Amino acid sequence: MNAVFDVPLYPYQRHADQNAADPQRHQAVIVGAGPVGLALAIDLAQQGIETLVVDDNDSVSSGSRAICFAKRTLEISDRLGVGQQLVDKGVEWHLGKVFCDTRKVYEFNLLAESGHRRPAFINLQQYYFEMAMLERVRVLQQQGAPLQLRGGNQVTAVVSESDCVRVQLTTPDGAYDLEADWLIACDGANSPVRHALGLDFVGRVFEDNFLIADVVMDANFPIERWFWFDPPFNRGQSALLHKQPDNVWRIDLQLGWDIDRDAEKQPEKVRQRLEAMLGGDIDFQLEWVSIYTFQCRRMEKFRHGRVIFAGDSAHQVSPFGARGANSGVQDADNLGWKLKAVIDGSAPRELIDSYDSERIYGADENIRNSTQSTDFITPKSTLSRLFRDAVLDLAEHYSFARGLVNSGRLSVPCVYDDSPLNTPDGMIDGPSRTRPGAPCPDLALSDGYLLQRLGGSFTLLLLNIDRSTAVDDIDGALKRLVLDSSKDSTGALNERYLGSAKQAVYLIRPDQHIAARWSTFEPDAIRRALSRALAGGPAR
Amino acid sequence: MTLILSPNMTQPDPFYAALLSAHEGLSDAESQSYNARLVLILANHIGDFKVLSQVLDAAKVGSLGDDS
Repeated sequence: MNAVFDVPLYPYQRHADQNAADPQRHQAVIVGAGPVGLALAIDLAQQGIETLVVDDNDSVSSGSRAICFAKRTLEISDRLGVGQQLVDKGVEWHLGKVFCDTRKVYEFNLLAESGHRRPAFINLQQYYFEMAMLERVRVLQQQGAPLQLRGGNQVTAVVSESDCVRVQLTTPDGAYDLEADWLIACDGANSPVRHALGLDFVGRVFEDNFLIADVVMDANFPIERWFWFDPPFNRGQSALLHKQPDNVWRIDLQLGWDIDRDAEKQPEKVRQRLEAMLGGDIDFQLEWVSIYTFQCRRMEKFRHGRVIFAGDSAHQVSPFGARGANSGVQDADNLGWKLKAVIDGSAPRELIDSYDSERIYGADENIRNSTQSTDFITPKSTLSRLFRDAVLDLAEHYSFARGLVNSGRLSVPCVYDDSPLNTPDGMIDGPSRTRPGAPCPDLALSDGYLLQRLGGSFTLLLLNIDRSTAVDDIDGALKRLVLDSSKDSTGALNERYLGSAKQAVYLIRPDQHIAARWSTFEPDAIRRALSRALAGGPAR
Repeated sequence: MTLILSPNMTQPDPFYAALLSAHEGLSDAESQSYNARLVLILANHIGDFKVLSQVLDAAKVGSLGDDS
């Protein structure tokens, strides 16, 4: 079988840069054409930044790897021009069931709130996510965007200078050097760039192995996330079953720490385990099998001079909660507009430091959540198992305990509460979910959705404010969107953005996070908030 | 709300006796599991995280060695 991930999509080609006498300079060099690198590349190229992506490989990721893509990722993908493609291909799901032994102890429904363009989650193999992004790269290139992708280019040395980053790339034709204004390392948990710079990556190792299998089968299991604690087919361990497109099912089986990894990987052995789980009468094919262990860790800082780390190269979490790829795409979303503003000279370099503080805050939240899930799923002491089992026993009988069952707290975007870019809340009694630092919740409008209208630049959202009182010229670059809550029959605009207030003004960043809000229109306050969000903090 | 550490039970002696008898006939492992369930049920009844944090601190006196 020739899987999609075996096909070279951007094979190595010799480039003129390799013949140049002196190292050629690029505005942004992105290392790694995975979900994070490609998302960032598209974001930068759409803003006109000259961008080069290099990868030692030339195809999409092998195996499904990241499979759960969250609403925020889909919203970001909309801005990048691939959202619809992902949703069309993906499998939407709402229901999760948790079993202990053979008993169902808990179920949850992601029951999407109305008025959102995108579902809470879709399941999609990482290779399809990457393929959609690669297609978008090709479209942008055809439209003349300054975006290049070079396969078979491996980073073998990185030196960060005060005015540029020097990079050595090794190819089938030998090595060559380049210079970058900014280098963004999206090169995964084993980041060669991080190694080249000798930077630490410390954290907690979880002593456990998981067998992960992509199984192709015609099974009529419902499209739900099924999670088992201590099932008969995997005693004392956990298991997960989840549907992906093309009749591919994802199965995760916890194996414990003391195992013979090579023996476990043998197809016969894997087959035995899966038959025990699925029953002998289901016909299935193995598409991809891997055994993984994991760590929860992050770099102390994500920016080192002109080298910036994003995604798994900067932080790693356990897979429970779908917080890996989803948080990496949020890194890209956070960084794209900041790099653009700094490269253009419309913001000082300090703005990039806010990427560090905001995304470290996000990484810590993700690490905390995924560590707590891991401690519940794979208790590492007699005592933690005792309490875990007590929760599962109680969950069957009492509703309070069901909330404690933790089979992964699914990824939601973080609120940058302490961001230096935020202006103190000018609407203290306003809805908490739209306080400064929060990502904008979507809304159905008469002609589309709110997030579609926010686009990718600073936007002033004027709610119930008379257009004529808001004509004051604040900044030509500031986009304006005026909405009237009396025309919103769903009440969502009131509930999400106004609360008890009669009117409101929101200053929204290019990444759709809220920078400031007020209950009155005051041009001076808006000007100050905008310059604060661009300067990377309050005036110094 | 503050954690109550002064006498608050309506019937202290009968509760103590009932607690011991609930453990009667259980193996050590079963007793431990029972205690764990007990802790979780009581914690839910209290609810407030601030009070629960005070409970976690208050319980440290015996086992962690009170030097005084």
